[in-house]
Amino acid sequence: MPDTPTATAKPFYGTVLSHPLMLGTAQYPSPAILAEAFRASGAGVATVSLRREGAGGAGQTFWAMIRDLEVAVLPNTAGCHSAKEAITTAQMAREVFETDWIKLEVIGNTDTLQPDVFELVEATRILTGEGFKVFPYCTEDLVVAEKLLAAGAEVLMPWGAPIGTGLGLNNPYGLRTLRARFPDIPMVVDAGIGLPSHAAAAMEIGYDAVLLNTAVAKAGDPVAMAVAMARATEAGALAQAADPMEARDMAAASTPVIGQAFLS
Amino acid sequence: MQLVINGTATEVAAMTLADLLTELGHIGTVATALNESFVPVGARAGQTLSPGDRIEILAPMQGG
Repeated sequence: MPDTPTATAKPFYGTVLSHPLMLGTAQYPSPAILAEAFRASGAGVATVSLRREGAGGAGQTFWAMIRDLEVAVLPNTAGCHSAKEAITTAQMAREVFETDWIKLEVIGNTDTLQPDVFELVEATRILTGEGFKVFPYCTEDLVVAEKLLAAGAEVLMPWGAPIGTGLGLNNPYGLRTLRARFPDIPMVVDAGIGLPSHAAAAMEIGYDAVLLNTAVAKAGDPVAMAVAMARATEAGALAQAADPMEARDMAAASTPVIGQAFLS
Repeated sequence: MQLVINGTATEVAAMTLADLLTELGHIGTVATALNESFVPVGARAGQTLSPGDRIEILAPMQGG
């Protein structure tokens, strides 16, 4: 009986994640439910952000709680619309969260929240030059992925579907193509995951982790959904390692024909 | 002098970024930017302010 995998097979900038579920920290009904979702699921990474705040605000309490979870912290540049804005935000996040890791988001369209890949590549080039370990939120475009890697990224995070939609993997072909083209690069499906089956599907096609937030935070029972997502990523990773069968169009009997009674 | 702090025009006495944080009562972990450029914590005491400067003071927050 193989062990159920939890640690990621590939290291992310030298760090093996304790679990392939990367979980956002926004939109939960309460801080207590957020903390319990992490503890119950065993998620390996928590994404966090920076926002304006007056003195004595809730941010310090939040940050203390996240540190108590003892998970890897991945700050984001959510809401940035230019390379310059994302770079400054990344610099500020590195100081506050004491990590070189940055989930680099540069939004290009307000309806789809899809990344501006031109600004993303430029920001990646500058930030990796400053020693950042960039996790770029990108599309599944193969050429963009090549340029991100050339700019110094060592991880790719293509979207499954637009942020917050829960539509799952909109372009499985594109995601499979990226996986096949870059077999050694740690890759994460980031955004669009709505159900555990989506998370499992991402892992089954060979992705190393999934990053999601809304699907758990907005579930009726976020803690139970976090656990379901964690189990789904584990099942998907186990299935991928087990070498799934090839799909085919025509039926092939699984029950042996030899020895079948002649009753017609 | 008047500064624009987190998007709001504010009258302050502080002449440096470090003094501004003290004047505003910030004791927790925050990051600062002056006129859209990052100012590291170690540079705040030497960062003088001018009327109309735009200051961003950011704190940890939930994110996806």
